[in-house]
Amino acid sequence: MSEPDEDRTDALFHALSDRTRRDILRRVLAGEHSVTALAASYDMSFAAVQKHVAVLERAGLLTKRRSGREQLASGDVEAVRSVASMLDELEGIWRGRVARIDHLLTEEN
Amino acid sequence: MPVTDITKDVDARTLTITADFAAPVERVWALYEDPRQLEQVWGPPDYPATFVDHELRPGTRSTYYMTGPEGEKFAGFWDITGVEAPHRFTFEDGFAHEDLTPNTDLPVSSNDFTFERTDGGTRAVFTSTYASAEALQQVLDMGVEEGSRAAIDQIDAFLAAA
Repeated sequence: MSEPDEDRTDALFHALSDRTRRDILRRVLAGEHSVTALAASYDMSFAAVQKHVAVLERAGLLTKRRSGREQLASGDVEAVRSVASMLDELEGIWRGRVARIDHLLTEEN
Repeated sequence: MPVTDITKDVDARTLTITADFAAPVERVWALYEDPRQLEQVWGPPDYPATFVDHELRPGTRSTYYMTGPEGEKFAGFWDITGVEAPHRFTFEDGFAHEDLTPNTDLPVSSNDFTFERTDGGTRAVFTSTYASAEALQQVLDMGVEEGSRAAIDQIDAFLAAA
């Protein structure tokens, strides 16, 4: 990955609030993992890990596919970037608003 | 810069902006109560906003439209869900048809604005949450005010003048 891509990924990891989910995402972004293999990496139940995977999936950061009896999870790098970049756009709008509020408030002093 | 913190929660599709203003809480609140002042800060300079209805009372609907450089109009509404003057108000922000009735085909964001007294004035925290990544995309496609670029230019102009 290039430097800016890594920065964006860093920002994403910062934004994800849960340590375990951050860790899962890191693993699945690096390559496809079975949910069973992921569950073996953590000191928690299979169901708990599965829940974390489901949260990442609902957020569109991870996709799952079935292979026989296995569920295989991989990170959706594009989705990760697009949500982050959309929030970046909104940030631009908000910075504009805040600057205008500040301007209006200081103008009268 | 008055913006002191920005938190983006990709997982929750929430943007939180913290800003410090050198004015008392009551003064900042007055800006949000007064449609003539509010319209000066809501839309970017290229797309000035005009508030048609705005009372800042729970259960009321504020309506506004923004006018683009070609005279095109983009309407929106706020459904005010809670008001605790002068410290907090919450509202749903959505798109409207030209006649200012809500366009229910387009996403709505949930907003929570808080204002707290600080030594230097007021700390404002603006929180906006979108229901899904698709909603966020749709809002940006509509060009949430077409103006992120214009807004950024405005900041540059503001900084250059300061």
